[in-house]
This record gives sequence, C-alpha cells and structure tokens, in this order.
Amino acid sequence: MNLNVKWTWFHRLGSPRWFYQKTQRWLPWLSLLTLSLLITGLVWGLAFAPEDAKQGNSFRIIYVHVPASVVALAGYYMMAIAGAVGLIWRIKLSYMLMRSAAPIGAALTFIALVTGAIWGKPTWGAYWVWDARITSMLILLFLYLGVMALRHTYSSSEAADKASAILGLVGMVNVPIIYKSVDWWQTLHQPATIKFTGAPSMHPDMFMPLLVMIIGFYAFYAVTLMLFTRAEILRREYRASWVKQLVTNKTAEK
Amino acid sequence: MYNYLSAGFMAYLRRDLLLGIRNKSDLVKPLIFFLLVSALVPLAIAPEAERLSQLAPGIIWIFAVLATLLSVERLFSDDLQDGSLEQMLMSPNLLIMPILGKITAHWVVIGLPLTLLSPVIGVWFSLPTIAVMPMMLSLAIGTAVLSLIGAVGAALTLPRQGGVLLALLVMPLYMPVLIFGSAVIQSAVDGLDWTAPLAILAALLAIAVALCPLAINAGLRLAKNG
Repeated sequence: MNLNVKWTWFHRLGSPRWFYQKTQRWLPWLSLLTLSLLITGLVWGLAFAPEDAKQGNSFRIIYVHVPASVVALAGYYMMAIAGAVGLIWRIKLSYMLMRSAAPIGAALTFIALVTGAIWGKPTWGAYWVWDARITSMLILLFLYLGVMALRHTYSSSEAADKASAILGLVGMVNVPIIYKSVDWWQTLHQPATIKFTGAPSMHPDMFMPLLVMIIGFYAFYAVTLMLFTRAEILRREYRASWVKQLVTNKTAEK
Repeated sequence: MYNYLSAGFMAYLRRDLLLGIRNKSDLVKPLIFFLLVSALVPLAIAPEAERLSQLAPGIIWIFAVLATLLSVERLFSDDLQDGSLEQMLMSPNLLIMPILGKITAHWVVIGLPLTLLSPVIGVWFSLPTIAVMPMMLSLAIGTAVLSLIGAVGAALTLPRQGGVLLALLVMPLYMPVLIFGSAVIQSAVDGLDWTAPLAILAALLAIAVALCPLAINAGLRLAKNG
C-alpha cells in the first residue's frame, strides 16, 4: 500500500496521536530532570555561588533573568520554524506546537523584563533604562503578542495557523534587523552610566550554576511546550476516535 | 512574459492612483492628521524654538509612522468589499507585480505628499535648513518601507480590518525604519555624515521590496479563504 516507506517515520512524527502517546511516556522523566536541574541551579546560584564584588547579593537575580531571556529569544525562533514547517509540509502538529509556543515565549519575555527591572533598580538606580537589550526584549514581547492576537482574526483555525506562521516568519527576518538597529541606536545615544558585566567574563564559580539554570530553563520550556501542545491536540482532535476512546477509558476507570 | 508582468504592475498602479485622486478626502486625511498632531506638540511641550528643534527629528518621524499606519489599513479592505480583490486573486500566478503596483500607488498618494509637506513641519519646529534635504530624502525612502511592511499587516488582518491589531503587528517591525529615519535627520542637524543611515534605510527598502510581496500574496489568499 504505502509506496513511500522511507518517509513513514516523518509522517508519524507529524501525527498528533503519536506525539500525545510519546510525550505521555517522556513527560514524567523530563519533569523530574527539569525539577532537579532548577532546584540544583537555584540552590547553587542563590546560596553557594560567591558574592559579586560590586553588586553584592543583588546580582543573584541573574540566575533567573538570563535563562529566561535566552529561552525567550530561542523560543521565538522555535515558534517561527514550527510555523515554517507547517507551511511547507502542511503538518498539523507543527501548527499546534507553534500556537503553544507563543504564550510560553511571551511569558518568558515578560519574566525577563520584570526581573531585569528589579535588577536594574539597585544596579543602575532606575527600574527602566532604554538599554539596547531591554528595548529589543520589549519589541520581542510585542512580536509575541502580535502572533497571539492574530489568530482571533480568522474564523477557521487553518487560516489562523497559516497567518500566524507567515507573521512568525516575517518576524524572524526582522528580529536580527531589530536587534542590530537597536544596538546601533544605543551607541548613538550611549548613556555613560550603564555598564553590564556580561556572562563570558564571569568567574566559573558564578557561571556554572548559571549554565545549570539555562539548561534547566530549556528543559522547563520543553515540558511546558509538551503540556500546552497536548491540551491543544485534545482541543482540536476531539472528533478523532482515539481521543474519544481516551476520554471514555478515563471515565470508565473511575 | 516581461510585458505581461509590467502590464500587471502598470494596471494596478494606474487604477489605484486614479482611485486615490478621485477620493480626495482619503488623500487629504493623513496629511491633515500629520499637520494637526504636529501643531499639538508646541502646545503640549513648549513653544521655544530651541527645545522644539531638539525634538524635531524624532517627532517628524513618529508622526510620519502614525500617518502611514492610519492609511495602510484601507489598502486592501476597499478592494475586498467591492470584490475587485477576488478578481485579482483569480490569477493563478504570484501576485507580486499587482501588489507592488498597489503599494507604489499607496506611496505616491501618502508617502510622497508627506515628504513634500515635511518642510512645513520643519519650519514649525525650527529645524536647521541644512537638515531639510536629508529629512525629505529619509522620508521619501522610509515611507516606502513603511507602506510595504504595513501592507503585510493589512493583508494578514484583512478579515477583521486592522485597527489596533494592525498597529500591534506592524509597529515592532517599524522600529528599524524609525531609528534610521530619525538618525538621518539627527545626524544632519549635528553636522555629521547623514548618508550612512540613509544607505541603511535604502537597504531596508531593498529587503522589503524583495520579501514583503511574498508575504502579502500569501496573506491575501488566506483572507479570501479564511
């Protein structure tokens, strides 16, 4: 029957049912890994990492701020690529992933902005400064909100998915341009008071817990993305027989 | 093939220009908006020439962005209502040439008048005369980019006809144009080399001309089906 045997793995990868069943098995392990990474990183970073010479203990917010910003930015690319995969190969699952990635990414961007503001007060003396990174994170938040808002424009979810995917791609081309232009604008208006100690110049004792936290945030992102996508699969595939079976089995068990 | 392509461009350019000229109120609205909000600035801030000329580069560009945003919403929605959009979408080809024709017409009707009007705002805000020419060049190139990016947003939000959603989609994408556009004027005021940011604006225009019509084409086809 199936002439194109080699591609079956690819088609299976795009099947919501396959994803739902696989993630059911992966989720407990991945959640455990996430939890242990985050707890290790937080305890190490907040309690045992050495104090910063200039900023004292206030620098410790870096262990939440930097991972959130890194994953928020990577999440945008993840969302846009999922949308592109959906557009090119017409895979339903990747649209579901794209839709689930938007609110998670927006939340992470928001966390990055808020922790940045809290960190900014003792360090720079102000909650908000128009620093290049902060400004581009703010624009990233608007890009995420745009993708989230666009889907309410269309009555059919298929058209909404395609439109969000197109917007995601347009945004993906623009993210580097926006970042570079904001960077350039920043050098034009350079306020002399702001100095940021970047991650590479950190002492290993400080950097190792940060690395653990970044990996932990990626794992956390994967877990939440799976949870959101599973909910999305159930919402969209409620007519499928396996979903009906799943629900009736669950109620029968009770 | 070449003739066919350029015919699509010219047909839509001519049609939209004609529509623009016949609908004089649509033509004038963004310009009046541009003048009106500019007149608010001295009232709200201070009528002193020194402070106004400091604000001028940024303010002229912010208002140019807002005026374009106001007008770009109508770019495809009128065509959707009277059915001519569907006619355009009947073509099985990529609609790059008709789309570029429509956007060029939009620029001639909105961006070009804004550019020609901008010296008036320059005088109001006591912008130094050496900055007038760079300002007009930056507006001429920059508003074309704004029309192209705005058209992407207009195509994607077509089923609900823009509004705040259009602003949310398009504003973040407008940031680079705003930054380099006002940088051109600022550099000219400061007596620096203003051709560098202008060249970047032109580069943005080149990217936008190449990529935006593809996204607009896809968006319009969605709007018809969705």
